[in-house]
Amino acid sequence: MKAFLLYRDQDFDLQQALPSNEQALVQDLELNTLFLAMARNDKFIYDIAKRVILSSCTNLDTIRYRQDILKDCLKNPSVVKQIYQIPIDSIENRQRHWLGVFSRYPAGILSGARDFMKMFLDLLHRLREIAEEHADKFESEGFRTFFAMVKRELSIEYLAGVENHLMELRFSEGVLLSAELGRGNEGTHYILRKPPDKKNWTKRIFTPKKPIYSFNIHPRDDAGATAIGELKDRGINQVANALAQSTDHIDKFLKMLRVELAFYIGCLNLSEQLAQMGETISFPVPVAANERRHSFQGLYDVALALTMKQKTVGNEVNADNKDLVIITGANQGGKSVFLRSIGIAQLLMQCGMFVPADSFTANICAGLFTHYRRKEDTTMKSGKLDEELKRMSDIVDHITVNSIVLFNESFSATNEREGSEIARQITTALLEERIKVFYVTHQFEFAHGFYSKDMENAIFLRADRKVGGARTYKLIEGKPLQTSFGEDVYNKIFKSIPIENS
Amino acid sequence: MSFQSILFEKTEDNLIKETPEAPSFFVDLNLDQIIDAITVFRQEYNLKPFFYSSLHDIATIQYRQEIMQDLEDAVLNEHIQSFAQKMVIVRRYLGLVEKLEFTNFREGWFLEAALTYCEGVESLAQDLGRANIKSHGLLTLREYVDGYKSSDSFKQLMGEIKGLKAALSSVNYCVIFKNLTVKVRKYEGETDYTIEVENLFEKFKQGAAKDYLLKLNFESNMNHIEAQILDCVAKLYPDIFTNLHRFCVEHGTFLDETIRIFDREIQFYLAYLEYTSSLKQAGLMFCYPQVFNTDKEVYIEEGFDLALAKKCISEHTPIVPNNFYLKDKERIFVVSGPNQGGKTTFARMFGQLHYLASLGCPVPGRKARFYLFDNIYTHFEREENIKNLRGKLQDDLVRIHEILDQATPNSIIIMNEIFTSTTLKDAVYLSKEIMERIIQLDLLCVYVTFIDELASLSEKTVSVVSTVYPDNPVLRTFKIVRKPADGLAYALSIAEKYRLTYSYLKERIRS
Repeated sequence: MKAFLLYRDQDFDLQQALPSNEQALVQDLELNTLFLAMARNDKFIYDIAKRVILSSCTNLDTIRYRQDILKDCLKNPSVVKQIYQIPIDSIENRQRHWLGVFSRYPAGILSGARDFMKMFLDLLHRLREIAEEHADKFESEGFRTFFAMVKRELSIEYLAGVENHLMELRFSEGVLLSAELGRGNEGTHYILRKPPDKKNWTKRIFTPKKPIYSFNIHPRDDAGATAIGELKDRGINQVANALAQSTDHIDKFLKMLRVELAFYIGCLNLSEQLAQMGETISFPVPVAANERRHSFQGLYDVALALTMKQKTVGNEVNADNKDLVIITGANQGGKSVFLRSIGIAQLLMQCGMFVPADSFTANICAGLFTHYRRKEDTTMKSGKLDEELKRMSDIVDHITVNSIVLFNESFSATNEREGSEIARQITTALLEERIKVFYVTHQFEFAHGFYSKDMENAIFLRADRKVGGARTYKLIEGKPLQTSFGEDVYNKIFKSIPIENS
Repeated sequence: MSFQSILFEKTEDNLIKETPEAPSFFVDLNLDQIIDAITVFRQEYNLKPFFYSSLHDIATIQYRQEIMQDLEDAVLNEHIQSFAQKMVIVRRYLGLVEKLEFTNFREGWFLEAALTYCEGVESLAQDLGRANIKSHGLLTLREYVDGYKSSDSFKQLMGEIKGLKAALSSVNYCVIFKNLTVKVRKYEGETDYTIEVENLFEKFKQGAAKDYLLKLNFESNMNHIEAQILDCVAKLYPDIFTNLHRFCVEHGTFLDETIRIFDREIQFYLAYLEYTSSLKQAGLMFCYPQVFNTDKEVYIEEGFDLALAKKCISEHTPIVPNNFYLKDKERIFVVSGPNQGGKTTFARMFGQLHYLASLGCPVPGRKARFYLFDNIYTHFEREENIKNLRGKLQDDLVRIHEILDQATPNSIIIMNEIFTSTTLKDAVYLSKEIMERIIQLDLLCVYVTFIDELASLSEKTVSVVSTVYPDNPVLRTFKIVRKPADGLAYALSIAEKYRLTYSYLKERIRS
């Protein structure tokens, strides 16, 4: 029995290594803000959301599978939360009643496992009831399969049968073992046997009597009682193991159910908060990794929105068939925000979530990398450009074809000519290796160099600035300019000249 | 000739096969450490008395060398070891039989012992048959084992055992435990309850699961409860158990005496080879020495101290092999040179090599020839003995007197730094006197001394010197080479190091 709510045919692998650049992604894309919003103070949901989002999925089919499940969740939030409560109750029951298999003796293991199983039986009943009542409200393949499985595997008859066995495993009729003679005539190969049914007992009375020998041990023969206990243990050992392992399996099933649903609960939490702010969400349309698509309307930076707790400005861009997007323009004009919204939307799309946009379509990428300027290295191990190049080298160690790299003012720790040349060489190489590049830069020489090549697969965006310095925080298509209008900002800070707002 | 012993070709009555105490020179030569290490994992065979008995006839040495060489074949060696392993089990089972009170268990274990013994003999015969044996000893053993295995009595024994085992393994019974009552009856096809429970929960399987199977302690399971159960089983299957009982009465002693003795004696070879194998793995060499009692020419190429080598390997320090030879009239090594340079090691090695050769064992080295001595006498410096009223010098002299009294021209004497507790003049005088007597005896001797004059006393003496690296005299090479005893060269090199030579001093004073 598997929940299979994140993959059609496999469990979510909690041990799966996150991408090597996990930390950079979280830092550069402000992902923590997103995770916290999804978690709503639940540490478990936080961890799962983080894991699922960062372990990006590159399979279109899986992405669509999750999108459908998420759509069902958005339609039936209360039913989903009821199911989510079941594994949580399991954990609580377990803690409250000290349930578990702790013993050092087979008899103890058996009784621990029996009590544990009894508790699970109640929860499995509940799961079956939910399935019977609500299954028809769900349309996604994932949920329909899940409910069908619950109804099939956890039928009333089956659960009653389990209950029956739990009774029999008390062995009130005695323990029946078969054995053979091993070395030195020692009993060996002890196997616990199912006692004949009561009905057959009566039949036995009327069949010819077969020889049976018996003896009693003295009530005060402690050594004898111990010896009998040990023999029984040998027979029970196996069945205790089987039952204890079964409780483990059910426990794992419920835990995996919790893990997989935690992701969707996180999505519900996020959608509720965005709805309150009046922000829109939509399900993105992913296309294959080897295509080049990036077009969207109303794409906003969800991290910024969550931080400002208000509706933010969205962008509309059509960068289909482009490998290179160079963003130049005014300081504080929304370039970084735009770059971040690109990165977050990519991650959300590739984990099966909705995206913060009116519409969004893009090719999926094999890996998402960010290369941002960092604070001066305080360990004095290396100079700043040195440090930047080292990080770039780490990226190159891991990058593959059809990846995306987001550069934010990279290689500007040196003079513009040198920085531009480094950037040019790196960018050229990446493009030739079929890697999509988004590059925010002030380096005119670098940006203009590519612009003047008149490449079909490049697009140039510019942070908009109205005459007089007012920012719109919108990006428009436009050629790189030689100034980034830093003077405006300088004036604002040093001369208190307000930047005129639109 | 029929097989008698794997250690002795001939079995005369006056032959000393085992010596209970270690010879007196053992400690001085570190042979005690070597033999302890060789026998440590084989205590139950009590092998030391064999290692304490040196041989005095060359034929027996060759007899053993041939067997040892055969056993260097890894396959044969392993086969003999697996036979030995079976015999260990046989003894363990028989030990159990003696201790047990419950008849049906006792007889069960007796049957196991007999079965293991017969299997051991059969596979030994088979393995020997396939092995490429050259030694006389193992060839006659093979004949013996073949004959024994195909004897009617052995065949009958084996047949009975197999019949009983087959019958016992067909026994299948049920035990029912309820409260204080235990019932025993034959098995009637009841289903495996564990499998049923496993099937019931099959659908929940989620990959690998934690193992809750306990490692139950089965040691004390021949208790009175199991014995009573077994008694009930015996009643369920009366014929089988009656046959078992008859077997035990009829075959009270099934062990063949010659095989029993072989099992112990062959361990002498296995133990020695096992000990040397770790040294061989470290790249050291062993060889089978030629041993003569006619002339006293001896030599070794790349010999080493076996006790020291073991220590070096465990401490990962290099082992320095040494060569020596004595020919024509040469009899005595006079060893001098810097301390800690390997002089004592050289003396010990000389003794060890001769002793090991006299056991019929391969010795550390590439190529060797030794003299078959009648005894080895050693005198190494000892700590002062308070209980002894004599002074140390007197002690030394008393001991040396005893040695010279007992030694014959066929003996070996090893002297290590004696007379250190007297004045140089006395020491020179005494040493020369002693040396004269040794020269007269015409025996083989290693004499470690700080007195250079001894080295050139006679044509029988050969001077060997421990050496240092010329450019850093503080470092020893641990090589002992033939060289005139020349304390001066060493002193000069040290002086050079401290820039105190003539030319250095002239230079330093001038500047």
